[in-house]
Amino acid sequence: MKKVISQITLEQDISIVLCGEAGQGIQTVEQLLTRMLKLSGYYVFATKEYMSRVRGGSNSTQIRVSSKPIQAPVSRIDLLIPLDKEAINHVSSRLGERTIIIGDQEKLDTDKKVINVSFLKMAQEIGKAIYANIIAVGLLLGLLEGDIKAGRVFLKDYFTQKKKEEFVADNIKALERGYQEAKRLIEENLVQVGSFPHLKKSSKVENNLLLNGAEAIGLGAIAGGCNFISSYPMSPSTGVLVFLAQYAHDFNIIAEQAEDEISAINMAIGAWYAGARAMVTTSGGGFSLMTEGLSLAGMIESPLVIHLAQRPGPATGLPTRTEQGDLHLALYAGHGEFPRIILAPGNIEEAYQLMQKAFYWADQYQIPVFILTDQYTMDTYYNIERLSVPQEETVRFIIKTDYDYQRYKLGGKDGLSPRGIPGFGEGLVRVDSDEHDEMGLITEDMSIRNRMVEKRNAKWHQLKKEALIPTLTGTKDYRVLCVGWGSTYYIIKEALDRLDKPDMALLHFQQVYPISEASIDFLKRAKQIISIENNYSGQFSQLLEMQTGISIRSRILKYDGLPFYADELAEEIKDVIEENGGQK
Amino acid sequence: MKEKDAINFKQQGIKPAWCPGCGNFLILKALQQALAELSLKPQQVVVVSGIGQAAKTPQYLNVHMFNGLHGRALPPATAIKACNPLLTVIAEGGDGDMYGEGGNHFLHTIRRNPDLTHLVHNNMVYGLTKGQASPTSEPGFKTPVQVDGVISEPINPVALAISLDASFVARTFCGNLEQTVEIIKKAIRHPGYALVDIFQPCVTFNKINTFKWFQEHTYFLEGHDVHDRNQAFLRATETGKLPLGIFYQHEKKKTFEQKLTVHQEQKTPFLSRSINRERLEELIKTRQF
Repeated sequence: MKKVISQITLEQDISIVLCGEAGQGIQTVEQLLTRMLKLSGYYVFATKEYMSRVRGGSNSTQIRVSSKPIQAPVSRIDLLIPLDKEAINHVSSRLGERTIIIGDQEKLDTDKKVINVSFLKMAQEIGKAIYANIIAVGLLLGLLEGDIKAGRVFLKDYFTQKKKEEFVADNIKALERGYQEAKRLIEENLVQVGSFPHLKKSSKVENNLLLNGAEAIGLGAIAGGCNFISSYPMSPSTGVLVFLAQYAHDFNIIAEQAEDEISAINMAIGAWYAGARAMVTTSGGGFSLMTEGLSLAGMIESPLVIHLAQRPGPATGLPTRTEQGDLHLALYAGHGEFPRIILAPGNIEEAYQLMQKAFYWADQYQIPVFILTDQYTMDTYYNIERLSVPQEETVRFIIKTDYDYQRYKLGGKDGLSPRGIPGFGEGLVRVDSDEHDEMGLITEDMSIRNRMVEKRNAKWHQLKKEALIPTLTGTKDYRVLCVGWGSTYYIIKEALDRLDKPDMALLHFQQVYPISEASIDFLKRAKQIISIENNYSGQFSQLLEMQTGISIRSRILKYDGLPFYADELAEEIKDVIEENGGQK
Repeated sequence: MKEKDAINFKQQGIKPAWCPGCGNFLILKALQQALAELSLKPQQVVVVSGIGQAAKTPQYLNVHMFNGLHGRALPPATAIKACNPLLTVIAEGGDGDMYGEGGNHFLHTIRRNPDLTHLVHNNMVYGLTKGQASPTSEPGFKTPVQVDGVISEPINPVALAISLDASFVARTFCGNLEQTVEIIKKAIRHPGYALVDIFQPCVTFNKINTFKWFQEHTYFLEGHDVHDRNQAFLRATETGKLPLGIFYQHEKKKTFEQKLTVHQEQKTPFLSRSINRERLEELIKTRQF
């Protein structure tokens, strides 16, 4: 028997990273393994970082497995599966003394200690090189003592729909081969995973859902009554367009790929005008093209839902990576003055719920509503318990018009005039991007101009009153308050859990504009506030100061295109607290 | 002509903001007449326009109006028709609006073939911004911006539309009121995208292509087979005297709305449809695996 050469020392979970070229099938491994592990009774988390190319380069996926809910990435790698020569280099800064590397030694060409598993050779023995990925899935399932039966059943279902029987059978062979190989590594004490005492399985998670942010946004749109989406493909926002197009038949959705983003947003506004519930999904540059259309929605008081999935800019920036750099863009986009709401989901459930809220508010207040996400949100998933289907019929804020209908009737509460649509009632519905009178016809009468500006902006009052209150996680008697918005929620939460300080809490904003008045009290109670944002200039801190008058000097910012890692962030928070010595 | 019925489509008590003698008056009159003769009710008609002097036309019509952004009439018009195919949808604007700023939408709307009528007032000059060249201005045309005269070739919208197999392509001159009314009627009745490029004089900024110039430089097609695309293209590229009339028609093409499954499975308007909650429940459940 050989000597123990590797030992996985775990914290609360095991962090696996698969790294290789685009096109090598990392995504397949991720998809299959996470589902098999969940069916085996584990909590899983998966996120990916990838280059803007279809083949080649270096891409990686992190999978964390735990017996407790787990929803954030860490820098630490316990187990690395490098699939090509570049892989080890790509993640070298994240490798520790205890990182175990398992791979095809002869393909890797490295000085690092590698536990040799000849994936390719084994695959060829089964029949084809492409089975190497499934062998890797089997291996990881085996190392984690996953349920091979569940794996077999899942694999069969996964492939049966599209592939031949022989192919399915070979894949199952590959899965089993990998599983056996794991047993060999353990038996020969090459990897001492022993029993993972803290990785208990639970039958509770079996019915958990696994879906990423793009799917949650899509499902939320459906639940919110969306029946029209027009968009132009742009990473990382495309997943939502794809999702709604996939289910367009089931839910009677018009999903149109427009010739450009300008067309997309103008179509969506046209669709609302004709009675649909419409949205666009886009990213930085695409949204820049939409800004004139946004202003049109403001002027004609059209509802509109805009899903803006952020990626690092300016210009093309890092197309496949993540950032929270477009908050100010969403805030100030569009010429002229008009109200808007900006929502920023912090997790899968919030993405689903806020989409519904977005459609509701857009319709109710006749305004554009933003859902601000990012690449990290789009491509990340973890166990969630459930998503509830709305029990009530969708509420529509549309009236049947009379002969004397006037679209912009003045004198309504909070600046609202009932919205009619053409063909429903006897009235004529006129909307005009020029300043207009109550009928909707062009005017340059200054007294009407004043009243129309005031009417449009009168909605602010109610929007501020209804703004969602930020959620506090941790002690109510905090001294140090970490402030985050959008996708950083669980990452900051885990960082604080790691620090385990009794006087710290997290204030998470799922609505970033307008800001709830209740925020002021939360902020005032803190001795030290630390703002944590995935951007360079602390855009949310600036916005918060503008809205509340409270300035935040301690900022932790990251803008390299990657999300924060919970373990690194914990260290940074600790440093910031020490540096400031309790100052605001 | 049912002169009396056209009054249904006149916006009472509003004076158009056009220059006296502007071709737009004739186009407005022709459109009101065409709508009346088709026995449409104002509540059935939506006119979508961009920005420009021509795009003001729906302000003077008694119909539903979506007066959107410069160059962007076609996308909302397409969406409106897709969401409610019972409406008669017309997109209207000038040559700068539709062929310049909105050029991309022009190409792609033809590809989609929505059942809408596209009326383009073509006076070969920018009016509202005071006299710059338009995409249809002739080379050599001098303006405050094109001081040495236009150096780019003009767009030939009729030939362009035929090259893309647009399902209805026509050109007219507003000075021929009766023919213009007939062409607009046929365009509205045509099931699919219908372009009507309408020559009009700009009395203030285009001293070359005047009312008289259009009279002298145009003639109506006779004995032309509208289903012969090659012939249509040849006629569309004629120079010197410019032909008017229907160049090309391809009635059998399916429209965008017909191809959308949302209207095949359910006929009720979008407004009164509800979410298929059972299906949503099922879909969410699929994420257990």
